[in-house]
Amino acid sequence: MGKVIVITSGKGGVGKTTAVANIGTALASLDQKVALVDADIGLRNLDVVLGLENRIVYDIVDVVEGRAKLKQALIKDKRFPSLCLLPAAQTRDKEAVSPEDMVRLCNNLREEFDFIIIDSPAGIERGFKNAVIPADMAIVVTTPEVSAVRDADRVIGLLEAMEKEDNKLIVNRVRSKLVDRGDMLSVEDVLEILSIDLIGVIPEDEHIIISTNRGEPLVNNNNAPAGRSFMDIARRILGEDVPMNMYTEKEDFFTRFRRLFKRR
Amino acid sequence: MSVIIDAIKRLFTHEGGSKEIAKERLKLVLIHDRTSISTEIIEQIKEEMIQVISKHLEIDRNGVEFSLEGEENSVALVANIPIKGLRRHKKKG
Repeated sequence: MGKVIVITSGKGGVGKTTAVANIGTALASLDQKVALVDADIGLRNLDVVLGLENRIVYDIVDVVEGRAKLKQALIKDKRFPSLCLLPAAQTRDKEAVSPEDMVRLCNNLREEFDFIIIDSPAGIERGFKNAVIPADMAIVVTTPEVSAVRDADRVIGLLEAMEKEDNKLIVNRVRSKLVDRGDMLSVEDVLEILSIDLIGVIPEDEHIIISTNRGEPLVNNNNAPAGRSFMDIARRILGEDVPMNMYTEKEDFFTRFRRLFKRR
Repeated sequence: MSVIIDAIKRLFTHEGGSKEIAKERLKLVLIHDRTSISTEIIEQIKEEMIQVISKHLEIDRNGVEFSLEGEENSVALVANIPIKGLRRHKKKG
């Protein structure tokens, strides 16, 4: 029986879809069978982040409404044979899928896959509930900014109200230099404010932008600090005890020189 | 040239500190978010408290302040009620 994980956030644009794509590909590269489900109906994005947008025939609403079988709608990623995507519908709204539909769909996926990762829409409306209801575990993504942390707090409250107990946090887009000079909330600051366990820290990394442009997940790129961090998260999901690392790119001479003069 | 001067300035001066401001603002905003008491309920509590206190004390209704304040992990309802004078009770019987 597979495990259902929802990746969610309060604020939009904090990196949910990137997290789904990269954790999914990381788990697949660790020989897990993974289905990624885009629950952001009407605003689908996971397909383009994964570079699978040209292969969509059927979507989640087609499956729910019986026009397609689940197996027909699942797109196999040729680069990662154990990874599949169930795309969202682009021309429908969130009402097209009910919470019961989502539970039924995920239960079917559990039989075939080790992990089902749901990309939740931002916000706290119907789409959020649909995405969260079937989940065994919820991962909340935030960035170290006031607005994102505030919205994350709200989402954590809602998860608790929905009696979800296995909730974890990813702090995304951390910029060590800003944290060091006191101009960005640190991971410790965020954790002090939100009552939730940390599952990973992702440094700001321009490789993310490049990989999204190309539609290629980052995880196999060992030079990318964010890719390595997502791989660590995948290992933690599998139960490995991986220490929290803040990966950085190799520093050039000037950065190191500047660090000498930095005050804390 | 000015770019280089800026870069040198940045080397030796400390700009930081905005994080503490962010943290404080965040803590305050969350105190309000987390107390899921609506403003109507607060208003109602305020009215009822004024009624009860007015039985015994003469108060300045316009000067009443009511707010939720938080420290660390606890939230307090703080009421500031200016008293004008004592009301004398007529004893029954």
